[in-house]
Amino acid sequence: MRYVEPHAHMVSRTTDDYIKLVQAGCEAVCEPAFWAGFDRSSAKGFFDYFSQLTKYEPARAAKFGLPHFCWICLNPKESEDIKLAEDVLEIMPDFLDSPNCLGVGEIGLNKNSKNELEILERHIDIAAQRDELILVHTPHLEDKLKGTKLIVDAILNQPSIRPERVIIDHVEEHTISIPRDKGFWVGMTLYPESKCTPQRAADMLEVHGTERIWMNSACDWGISNPLAVPEAAFELRRRGQTREMIDKVLYQNPRAFLSQSPKFKL
Amino acid sequence: MNNTDKQKKIDFVELGFMDARCKLIDVAAFLDRTQRAGQTDDYRVRELKKAIACLDGENPDRAKQVLLSLSDTTEKPIAIAPGKGAAGAWEGSGSS
Ligand SMILES: [Zn+2]
Repeated sequence: MRYVEPHAHMVSRTTDDYIKLVQAGCEAVCEPAFWAGFDRSSAKGFFDYFSQLTKYEPARAAKFGLPHFCWICLNPKESEDIKLAEDVLEIMPDFLDSPNCLGVGEIGLNKNSKNELEILERHIDIAAQRDELILVHTPHLEDKLKGTKLIVDAILNQPSIRPERVIIDHVEEHTISIPRDKGFWVGMTLYPESKCTPQRAADMLEVHGTERIWMNSACDWGISNPLAVPEAAFELRRRGQTREMIDKVLYQNPRAFLSQSPKFKL
Repeated sequence: MNNTDKQKKIDFVELGFMDARCKLIDVAAFLDRTQRAGQTDDYRVRELKKAIACLDGENPDRAKQVLLSLSDTTEKPIAIAPGKGAAGAWEGSGSS
């Protein structure tokens, strides 16, 4: 079985996880910029992190023959501080130019605040000016419904962004149709407790079909499983889904979306 | 159109009943435990009990209805983020 892991925070994983991914059939891993679990004290912290995503991490993955791509942004968890956010937005373009950077992400909202929304709009403007792909993080738990609606509206407000070049991640049963009905791609994140189990992801594929959708582990420093995508494939097999269907969701779909960036090559 | 056309006929009851049974008993035990500890006034327990009512629905969209029941249903951005985390239930919907 072959698959693409389109959302994994490998800087917080061990080298053993790279080996497990490759052994499970992973053919590329994509790493959006995110929160470190603590607030970085200045834009210099982001400079170092973006350097890690664009230089060190692809070299670490290459030791296991795994192509590594990244996305660059300021995570919504850190956008309440507008001054810091502006400093980070300023250093982003050089990193967006990196050969392994696929676009702007994971941008979005966390608690759906005014400052978060303002910084989201600034990121959308940068993506529009540079014609970048966008990867969106939707908020957690009780904040997801409201945040998903605010994010979809904010992106549609920027007429030069085409929805087919944007993926709205971490959708669940109550939010999947909101972006999809407007032509966006959607991602289902497989987490042991929050977000979505393999069984529910399989349900959503059976109810909503396999167009413009992918699955990811979003593994990071929290409770998460780097092999969640191949485990979801096992659930699909158990439910009698065809090899073609599984290959479409796990491999062809992420490749189709990500190949909209000329930098993504398998 | 979804891609289940070629999907074999699957006995979903056989596949999932024991797992669902286990989770249901866990929910019941959680409600018992919080009640014995006098913690049923916590809004999260209250909202969970409200969400349980969604299981009685007639349509095959109970998971969606549970998620909606636990969601913030306001539409405007808030003034300032109160922190970074989320609790899993929305306190603002009140006890009605
Ligand atoms: Zn993430």
